[in-house]
Amino acid sequence: MSDWVYSDIVKKHFMEPQNILDDKEDFQADGKGTVGNVKCGDEMMFAIKVDKEKNILTDCRWKTYGCASAIASTSILSEAVKGMTLDEAFNVSPKDIAQKLGGLPEHKIHCSVLGDKALRAAINDYYTKNNMLSKVKKDKAKIICQCMNVTDHEIEDAVLEGVRSMIELQEHTKLGTVCGQCKEQANELMNTYIKKHFA
Amino acid sequence: MKVYLDHNATTPLHPEVKKEMIKAMEMFGNPSSMHDFGREARQSIENSRKTIAEFINAATDEIIFVGSGSEANNTVFNLTACCSSLECSASCNHRKGIITTSIEHPCIIESSKCLAERGMKINYLKVDKYGKIDIEQLTELLKEKPALVSVMIANNEIGTIQDMDTIIKLVHDAGALFHTDAVQAVGKILVDVKAMNIDFLSFSAHKIYGPKGVGALYVRKGVPFCPFIRGGHQEQGRRAGTENTLGIIGMAKAIEMRKLEMAEEAKKLAKLRAHLKKGLLENLADIQINGHPEDCLYSTLNVSFNGVEGEAILLYLDLEGIAVSTGSACSSGSLDPSHVLLATGATPELAHGSIRFSLGRDTSKQEIDYVIEKTTKIINKLRKMSTVYIK
Repeated sequence: MSDWVYSDIVKKHFMEPQNILDDKEDFQADGKGTVGNVKCGDEMMFAIKVDKEKNILTDCRWKTYGCASAIASTSILSEAVKGMTLDEAFNVSPKDIAQKLGGLPEHKIHCSVLGDKALRAAINDYYTKNNMLSKVKKDKAKIICQCMNVTDHEIEDAVLEGVRSMIELQEHTKLGTVCGQCKEQANELMNTYIKKHFA
Repeated sequence: MKVYLDHNATTPLHPEVKKEMIKAMEMFGNPSSMHDFGREARQSIENSRKTIAEFINAATDEIIFVGSGSEANNTVFNLTACCSSLECSASCNHRKGIITTSIEHPCIIESSKCLAERGMKINYLKVDKYGKIDIEQLTELLKEKPALVSVMIANNEIGTIQDMDTIIKLVHDAGALFHTDAVQAVGKILVDVKAMNIDFLSFSAHKIYGPKGVGALYVRKGVPFCPFIRGGHQEQGRRAGTENTLGIIGMAKAIEMRKLEMAEEAKKLAKLRAHLKKGLLENLADIQINGHPEDCLYSTLNVSFNGVEGEAILLYLDLEGIAVSTGSACSSGSLDPSHVLLATGATPELAHGSIRFSLGRDTSKQEIDYVIEKTTKIINKLRKMSTVYIK
């Protein structure tokens, strides 16, 4: 808890989160996505309005059952994506958000990923509803460990949750604990994700 | 306004303790030295030991000074592993295994896990929704003839106080030794090791307005013992290392002040706790008071707020100057909710949304009113942005 040395921007967004969905307002969402679940301690809903001709995200709202980092990072994300094309918005990475927030403690990064995931779910929902199925960017998960059925996404999630070594990765996902053939590939992937999110 | 309601985590020094410690700072002699400087320090330590022993109705040579409550607990678990070994002189009639509970402090849970890895059988007692242990399960498990049973008197998170007399009688009838982590109990409720028939008891100074870094372990005369920290004759050879003279003096003064203030304070805090509970229940729907409705520490109030996450509540309260704690640790990256609340059968959502208010000797009605007002405001704000609280 002593890590509450967040930047002033985090504090500002935590105190006054922007674009929260007020149940009384009539926000006509063109796309909506919910990720996470309360059992794991956090859940996020993101709703977007889209200019259908220009494919631009014009407005958005969100709600969360989450911690301070999830609240602050989603607030800043919701400000940042307004006016972006859907492609641009889809490709905003948790790293960009953490940078805008003036940095987050490393073990808090996983909390800030939630808003980002919910936004992507909302964009995909918009595509689905508007018969643009070819645009839906499925998170094509690739199975890395055949024995324990562990995907590249699970490896990425493990890295975001703080995994930094093969031993930790195996404890976390159980990958490579049967035949062990995937260990080299898993290790490479883990390092790629560490670079992607934390370099 | 600054309001400190995290007294179960630690307490400020009592002004009298501070005075006593400042006075004692000039004294630097090693209590093991034979010269005047050493004898002066030795005298202070032994006077302190007497004060502390009397407070829990122990004999002076049954008190060992240690560095913390955690060290006291670790010592007992470590020696149980040792005395289960056939070769050790501290043999417990070759009994093996430990029974403890699912709501103990992490230092007990982690010690248990470590012993389990070393081959010891550890059983964890279940608790009911109020945090009371399952007596039937205890009775059943005692048939396995364990060496030790360890049950905390009062829980640090929810405040539930166990039925110690029943538990200890069962344990002794079954021939096992009994240890209790009394860190949250000593100095708040009456603890008498003789009347209660306790074999080992751990407690610490900083939860009762004494200094940090000092605690004590009561070891009943005649029970097997094996030191955790070796290499010195201090504390009858039971805990090596030059004594923390200053800390021990502070601890004794804190205990002395407890003797004077405990009874009055209990009455005052029970009222304030009731006031806080009533205020929150009146202002907010869908909240749950955790812990036993009667057998609960008068200074601990654990509340689950439906639909909101504990860490967010804690940090909003912090921004208003209010210090509390939560069982939901998002900071660790693991998002594990409180093991205590989960053991009581709370849903993950309620376990994640729990806040512990722990009151202390300086807590005032004005402060509690401020806390009720701010908490209400914050919960309403968080519920408005919650995905799971739809009203």
